[in-house]
Amino acid sequence: MSMLGKLRKKRVDGLSILLYLSLVTIGWLNIYSSTVSESETFLVDFSSIYGKQLFFIGFSLVAILLIFLIDTKLFERFSALFYLGTLVLLLGLFPFGKTIAGATSWYGLGFFNLQPSELAKIATALALAKYLSDIQTDIKNTTHAAIALCILGLPALLVIPQPDPGSALVFFALGFVLFREGLSLKILWIGIGVLCLFISVLKWGTTWTIAGLFSTTSLYMVFKPKRIKISFSKLGLGLLFSVLLSYSVSFVFHEVFEQRHRDRFSLWLSLEKDPDAIEKIRRSIGYNTYQSKAAIASGGLFGKGFLEGTRTKGDFVPEQHTDYIFSTLGEEWGFMGTAGVVLIFTALLLRLLYLSERQTHAFNRMYGYGVVAILGIHYMINIGMVLGLLPTIGIPLPFLSYGGSGMICFSLLLFIFLKLDGNRLSEWD
Amino acid sequence: MRKLLLFSIVVLAALGFLIKLASLQFKGEDPEAFKSDPAVSGQLIYPSRGYIYDRNMELLVANQAAYDLMVVPREVKIKDTLAFCKLVKIDLETFKKELERAKNYSPRLPSVLVSKISKETFAAFQEKMRKYEGFYIQKQNLRDYKTHAGANVLGYISEVNPWELKNYPGYVPGELIGKTGVEKQYDALIRGKKGIKYVQKDRFNRVIGPYKEGAFDELPTAGSPLQITIDKHLQEYGEKLMEGKRGAIVAIEPQSGEILAMVTGPNYDPALLIGRERSKNYTQLYYDSIAKPTWDRSLLAQPSPGSPFKLINGLAALEEGVLDPKETVYCNNGYYVGKDKKGCHCGGGIRDLKSAIALSCNAYFVQVFKKIFGKFPTSDEGMDTWVAHMKSFGLGDFLGTDLPTGAPGRIPDKFFYDRYYGDNRWGPTYFISNAIGQGEVATTPIQLANMTAVIANRGHYYRPHILKKVGDLALKDSLYKTPVYSSISASHFEPVIQGMEEVYETGTAKHLKVKGLSMAGKTGTGENYTRINGERKQLTDHSIFVGFAPVEAPKIAISVYVEHGYYGSRYAGYIASLMMEKYLRGNISKTQIEKKILESSLEKEYAKPLSGTNFKINEYAW
Repeated sequence: MSMLGKLRKKRVDGLSILLYLSLVTIGWLNIYSSTVSESETFLVDFSSIYGKQLFFIGFSLVAILLIFLIDTKLFERFSALFYLGTLVLLLGLFPFGKTIAGATSWYGLGFFNLQPSELAKIATALALAKYLSDIQTDIKNTTHAAIALCILGLPALLVIPQPDPGSALVFFALGFVLFREGLSLKILWIGIGVLCLFISVLKWGTTWTIAGLFSTTSLYMVFKPKRIKISFSKLGLGLLFSVLLSYSVSFVFHEVFEQRHRDRFSLWLSLEKDPDAIEKIRRSIGYNTYQSKAAIASGGLFGKGFLEGTRTKGDFVPEQHTDYIFSTLGEEWGFMGTAGVVLIFTALLLRLLYLSERQTHAFNRMYGYGVVAILGIHYMINIGMVLGLLPTIGIPLPFLSYGGSGMICFSLLLFIFLKLDGNRLSEWD
Repeated sequence: MRKLLLFSIVVLAALGFLIKLASLQFKGEDPEAFKSDPAVSGQLIYPSRGYIYDRNMELLVANQAAYDLMVVPREVKIKDTLAFCKLVKIDLETFKKELERAKNYSPRLPSVLVSKISKETFAAFQEKMRKYEGFYIQKQNLRDYKTHAGANVLGYISEVNPWELKNYPGYVPGELIGKTGVEKQYDALIRGKKGIKYVQKDRFNRVIGPYKEGAFDELPTAGSPLQITIDKHLQEYGEKLMEGKRGAIVAIEPQSGEILAMVTGPNYDPALLIGRERSKNYTQLYYDSIAKPTWDRSLLAQPSPGSPFKLINGLAALEEGVLDPKETVYCNNGYYVGKDKKGCHCGGGIRDLKSAIALSCNAYFVQVFKKIFGKFPTSDEGMDTWVAHMKSFGLGDFLGTDLPTGAPGRIPDKFFYDRYYGDNRWGPTYFISNAIGQGEVATTPIQLANMTAVIANRGHYYRPHILKKVGDLALKDSLYKTPVYSSISASHFEPVIQGMEEVYETGTAKHLKVKGLSMAGKTGTGENYTRINGERKQLTDHSIFVGFAPVEAPKIAISVYVEHGYYGSRYAGYIASLMMEKYLRGNISKTQIEKKILESSLEKEYAKPLSGTNFKINEYAW
């Protein structure tokens, strides 16, 4: 039976493949535009950045075909081993890692730099799904929940000192799989609450935050429906905790943080009022954000056209072929391009959620959620950062940003799930 | 519920992103937007400044290329500052100071770091430019003078100063602007129109190519060439004659008002005010407060006119009908003002108008002056009439030339004396000195030359001007093309002109007569005073001369003023006569006279008041 026939039989989701291929194509065109120099002709040169990326794309396609040849069961069966293997690789970075741009996140393999944290993302998603889908595991059991958290916490712990806080965040994003599978949502609400408190203290100060806290609580107490009973001791404890947290946030921000950390937050939340200080931030850590926003804004509705972006040509946005690829898209393709990519990503993520929900096998569903969580957090943090909505966290845009490990691993991540999905009706073949 | 968690996050994120993107990107396309794009930079292309030619189309001022080293302070990255300073040939101190100055002007905008570097430095720097970020070279046109004369006429150019930047639109920092002379007056015509070239830059401000293949570029328009009325050879000759003297020569073509030569002494080579030494040289010239080489005496000096003023007093008397040219006055070697006897050096005897002019008789013109005022019942009326006559010769007010500077001189009127002596408490005896061009009257050399042109034209003048042609277009300005008539009827000029001819025949300048050339002139010897340690002290007289030639169809009218040159028949007379012969004949027949003037210097005379000791004035020998 031919390969195509096999694929058809496996009923691999065509829409997901289409969305994937469109993102890869858009990504490559923008990498080409942001790295090609005027003098070069439109010939693919494999030593150039866009040439290498083309090679990585080709390599990914081959890897995808290999996945379809591997027995589905293997992913589940060897997930623990795979997970341990990547942990070893992450540990090995400490003595053997190669440092690029200040982060020891790579193994230098001559022609190619391997970033094990990308592999670890797949492995952790697989391992987590494996553990949670075990018939013995009950997520509502505190011990089991703690073990699940450890599975994603371990690799996060290993990437933080590289330092690669962006990847650490990705591992924690896998927590959304736990919420889907029954972890108490209280944790989520508390987390959101703490985040809001944190932002509020920085933006409006401790006094206003506490005042706001007490007034909203009082208003709630007055207008709440009678049937809801409130435990006053819990409420008081919560308030006390919030007040203490407010003060400690303020203390940590002003006393423990260094100026460069403070600058990052003041850039994100526009805390600084002094125009001189704003100008200084804009020139130092705010430079990327400022330039990327300016480049995107300059694209207008329809963009300046492919290869016509003046800021792109001038390399005004640093890292524009990697983390800031979205700004090149914004400048050259305008709102049509940026909105298009946002919609494609949204469509892909929603499609993957839909596919996950239709799985009969728990492992498949949980892995599917893991894929959505990983791809989703990358996409949201990256575009949020490029648009200045979030603080600067170096994290690539899946399928678009330049990078071999990223390109191959994101493809593997996605296609392992598509393979599992394709096989769902013949689980016991 | 749990199924919807990620779903809603994905949808909300998409909404958030789309809203943010819309707010960033939904704005009308601005076709001019690229001008504020930091990736596109407009580089000015300076047009070449118009050449300046003399009246015979001889080139006076051309251009030469110069290179300015520009700096954008915030982009400056130098590893080895010393090597850089050595490369562009400045010392470390200057470099630091200039960089600080540029930073103060603007950290983002280019400023001139070193102006006018030489071609060799330019070549050396260009080779190593890549190593030094934040610097680039801008080409500018410098003036290239084809004459060593006429600095006061041509003027000089230099960078616009902050005041000019604020008040004259269309100039950018570092651009050149005319500061004095023709360069200033006609800057708008000769500067041309700047072009602009848009280039694509990278974030290090390096040029990586033209923007849109130069679709928005504008080519510069070269400045128009100017032809001015100056005669190069006459101007050069005049300056040669004035060497070692302070004073001025102004020569005008009477039938057009065109200024043929305008010399001020001491002068300087216009080439001193270009290139890197400009500021040093300028400071040196500017702070020479004794010889004042930057002070254009031809336009700004306002000495008493001396005896040439007698000419127009005579004309006024003729016009008022109080003087018959044949009428005689006996000169007893002087005249009385009240009981004081004032001297006259005409030799004494019977004087009619002709001989009184020829020999410059003071007594005669004092009588003439009294007659004018005697005609009127009150001094006020007499004064008004006299002032009107004097002013109709272009005296007592700005002449309205097309030169950026000037002085009004002074014709005192009734208000002047009212203020001085009190209302109606003065009469002709109070200002009798004006009869012979002393006293309160003051004229600039160009006013005297213009006055002479009125006499040469028998009653009118054209406002003196310097511009002849712009490109191929002759000057059409009616201000300079319409004759201005004096208040004296044409018929009254002949007796006075006869007297002026007689000056050359038998009078004070008979030794200066050029054979075969009909010349008219008038000598003047101007008393002048200064204050030394608060004490009023008389200095050697100024030597003054006015004249025109040929008498029948005048082609040149001239006034010469030499400070402390003593008799008008000496320095000023010599110079005026040589100038007239040079202009009309092209060569000099009176070589002895020429030799004498070229060899004579008045530096000793100028040193006297500064010597701090007693000194003699009006010494006979020269």
